[in-house]
Amino acid sequence: MKLTEEEKQIAVETSRKVSELFDPGKGNLIPILQRVQGELGYVPPEAMEVVAGYLDLPPVEVYGVVTFYNQFRTTPPGKHQVKVCMGTACHVKGGHIILDSWERRLGIKVGETTEDREYSLERVACVGCCTLAPVTLYDEEVIPKITPTKVDGLLFSHQLADKQQKEGNAGEK
Amino acid sequence: MENLIDKCCDKCTHAPATPCKDYIKCRKEGPICHQDETCKQKRQDFLAAINLSEGSANLQVLICAGTGCASSGSGKLVKKLEDELAANGLADQVQIKITGCHGFCEQGPLMIVEPRKTFYTRVEEEDVAEIVSSDLVKGEVVERLLFKDPNTGEAAKTYETVPFYARQKRLVLHNCGHINPEALSDYIVKDGYAGFSRALFELTPDQVVDEVKTSGLRGRGGGGFPTGMKWGFVRQAQGDKKYVVCNADEGDPGAFMDRSVLEGDPHAVLEGMMTCGYAVGADEGYIYVRAEYPLAIQRLKIAIAQAEECGIIGDNIMNSGFNFHLKIKAGAGAFVCGEETALLTSIEGNRGMPRVRPPFPANSGLWAKPTCLNNVETFANVPQILRNGGSWYASMGTEKSKGTKIFALTGKVNNTGLVEVPMGISMREIIFDIGGGIQGGKKFKAVQIGGPSGGCLPDELLDRPVDYDSLISVGAMMGSGGLVVMDETTCMVDVARFFLTFTQSESCGKCTPCREGTTRMLEILTRICNGEGKMEDIDTLERLGRVVKNTALCGLGQTCPNPILSTLRYFKDEYIAHIQDKHCPAGNCAALLTFRIDPEKCKGCGKCLKSCPAGAITGEKKMPHVIDVAKCIKCGSCLMGCKFEAIQKV
Repeated sequence: MKLTEEEKQIAVETSRKVSELFDPGKGNLIPILQRVQGELGYVPPEAMEVVAGYLDLPPVEVYGVVTFYNQFRTTPPGKHQVKVCMGTACHVKGGHIILDSWERRLGIKVGETTEDREYSLERVACVGCCTLAPVTLYDEEVIPKITPTKVDGLLFSHQLADKQQKEGNAGEK
Repeated sequence: MENLIDKCCDKCTHAPATPCKDYIKCRKEGPICHQDETCKQKRQDFLAAINLSEGSANLQVLICAGTGCASSGSGKLVKKLEDELAANGLADQVQIKITGCHGFCEQGPLMIVEPRKTFYTRVEEEDVAEIVSSDLVKGEVVERLLFKDPNTGEAAKTYETVPFYARQKRLVLHNCGHINPEALSDYIVKDGYAGFSRALFELTPDQVVDEVKTSGLRGRGGGGFPTGMKWGFVRQAQGDKKYVVCNADEGDPGAFMDRSVLEGDPHAVLEGMMTCGYAVGADEGYIYVRAEYPLAIQRLKIAIAQAEECGIIGDNIMNSGFNFHLKIKAGAGAFVCGEETALLTSIEGNRGMPRVRPPFPANSGLWAKPTCLNNVETFANVPQILRNGGSWYASMGTEKSKGTKIFALTGKVNNTGLVEVPMGISMREIIFDIGGGIQGGKKFKAVQIGGPSGGCLPDELLDRPVDYDSLISVGAMMGSGGLVVMDETTCMVDVARFFLTFTQSESCGKCTPCREGTTRMLEILTRICNGEGKMEDIDTLERLGRVVKNTALCGLGQTCPNPILSTLRYFKDEYIAHIQDKHCPAGNCAALLTFRIDPEKCKGCGKCLKSCPAGAITGEKKMPHVIDVAKCIKCGSCLMGCKFEAIQKV
C-alpha cells in the first residue's frame, strides 16, 4: 500500500509533535510509538525515523521494536477495524470459522486492508471475554457469540448505516 | 464533608503535605484526634449509606460494567434506570452503583439489588421498568429474571444461593462486583488500606516479609514461587534504588482474572504493591498492563490519582516517612512479555526478549536495580494477609499451596465465568458443581489448564486435588488459571496445534530450541490434522518436545511442549486415528471431514441453503437438498441451523 506525499508529511509532523511531549529517554520509546499510532492509526517508516532521531537511536532499533509487538501496524488501517479473537475459548467454539467468514466477506486476508480502505482485518490473541465466545471486535465494540450468518448481517447493517450517513451528509450540503 | 474520604471539619489537618498517621482508621472510626459527636455522626452516616444494613429502607442497585456485561449491553441499563427512578420518585432512596465484574459474565448483564441480595440475570432495557415498579417500589421480586438452575429449574432468590457462587470462596474477588471501583471510599469501607496501615505503623519491613512467608502465598502468575521468599531476597539485595513491578500482562488466551481484578478492585492491587514496596525497601512501582485492556488501564489511572490526592501514594505517606510512587506502562501486545525478564526489558524500551538468569530480577532487574516482580492476583492477596494475619491465610488450602485461586472457567461448560475456590478442591467440583456440567448434555472429554504452558487433563484425573504440585505431576501446570472445558466434539490434536500456532508466533526468536522447535512441532501437528501424518511423527514430537522443554531459555519455551506432551500422554489414540485411519474422531479437523445431507431426514425447508455462506447447497423447496462438496468450506453453519438433524459430518 503506497502512502501519498500528504500522508507522509502528516506522519512526520505528528511524530515530531508527539515525541516532544516525552523526555528523550529510551524508556519512552514504546509510549511514544503508542501515542503516534493512537494519532495516526499506524507507524510508517517516516515516523520511525523521526522518533529514532529524537531518542538518538538507530532507526533499525525502532523498526525492530515496531515489528516485534503485535500492537503496532506499519500500514494505514481501514476506516473500520475488525479484530477476530483467536483465544482458546474462541477457538474451541469455532473462532477460525469466524475468521474465514470475515476473510471471505471482505475479500482480504488477515493483516490486510481492503482496497477502498474501508475495512482492515486482524486477529487478536484474547480480549478476555471468553465467556461470550466466539467474539469479534468491530472497532471498539465487542460482538458476542458471533456466527458466520451474524458476520454477514453485521457487515450489511454497518454498510447500510454508512451509506445512509453519507447520503444524509450529501443532503445537508 | 461530601465524601467519606473528606475531612470531617477544620480540626482535621490531613493533606498530602501535612499527613496524619491515622488517616485510614479515622475514615471508619473517626474522628480520632478530637471528640465531636457531630463529626462522628457524619462519618457513620456515610458508612451506612455505602454499606447498607439488612432491612434498610434505602436500596442500592448494582450494575455490572465489566467488559463482559458492557458488551452484553449494561451501559444502556444505567440511563434507563436513572429515568425510571426519577419517574417513580425514587431517586433519593435508591442509589445506582456501577461495579466491576461479578464473574458470571455468561448470564450478563447482571443487576443486584442490595441489601436484599436479589440477583437479576440477562437484564434488558425493557426489563428495567418492571424491576423498578415491582421490586423497588413494591418489594416484589421479578421472578422471570432470576437465575434458574439448568438442572432443577429452581430459581435462586439471592446471589448467595446461586450454585455458581455458593460453592466458591471469594477472597480476592470479594469486592469485585460489590463496590464501585472508581470510588476510594467504597474500598476503605471494606477495610481497604487497613493492612497497609498495619504494615506501616505496627510492623517492621522484616516482619511484613515474615507475615507473607507465614501465609504460604505462592506466585499466582503460574510458576508458584513462594512470594515471601522472593520479597526476602529483594529486601536483602544491595542497592540504592529498588523497584516493585506488577505483571498485568495477562496474555494467556482464555484467562481474564487479572483483568477483572484490575477493573473491579484496582485499589487492592495498589495496596499490595505499596505493602511490598515498604517490605523490600522500594519507593517506585510500575504496573505493566496489556494495551488490550483499556478499561483496566483507565480504572488504574483513576485509582492512582485518588490515592495520590488523599496522600496514600506519594512522599511521606501518612507521616510514616515512607515514599512510594506508581506508574502505568501499557504493554504493546507480546505474549513473551509475561515472562518476568522480558517484561522488564520491555519497560526499558526494547524488544521484549527474556534475559539469561541468573542474575535474577531480585538482584538485577529493572535498569539493573533489585526488583520485586509479582502478578496482579498475587498482589491482590496481600492486603488481606496483612489485615487478617499470615496464619489465617495459611489455614486455607493444601499443605504446600495455601489460600484460594481464581480460575477463568470457559469453553463447553454451562456456567462460564470467574471462579475463586480454595486450593485443593477437585477439578470435578469446579466443572460439574460450580460450572453446572457440560453444555447440551454432551460428554466431557478434557479440561485444558494453564493456557499454552499447561496441559489437558482427562476424566480419570478430575478427582485429584488442584494445587501447584499435583498439577505438575500430571503434566499440566497452574499457569495463570485458565480452564477451558472440552467435550467430545473437541479434537485434541487440533487443540495441541492451536496452542503451538500461538507459541510459535509469539516465540521471540532469541533461543534456537524455542524458535526452531515450535516451528517444527507445528509443522508436524498441521500435517497430522490434514491427514498426512506418519506414525514416526509421534516419536519425533515426543523427542522434540522433551528437548525444547529442557533447553529453551525462558518459561515460554520450556513449557510450550506441554499441550503436545499431555495430549500425547492421555489421548494418543486420537493421534493414531488421524494418522492411520485418516479420521478425526471428534469430527473437527476440516481436511478429514465431509458434510452431507441425509435425503431421508431432509424436509427441504431451505434454511441451510440460506445460511450457507459459500453457496454450496442447492435444492428445490420441499425436496431433499444437496451439498456440493467442492464448494463446501466446512464451516458448519448449515449444521447449526438444521432442525431435522439431516446434516451429517462424516
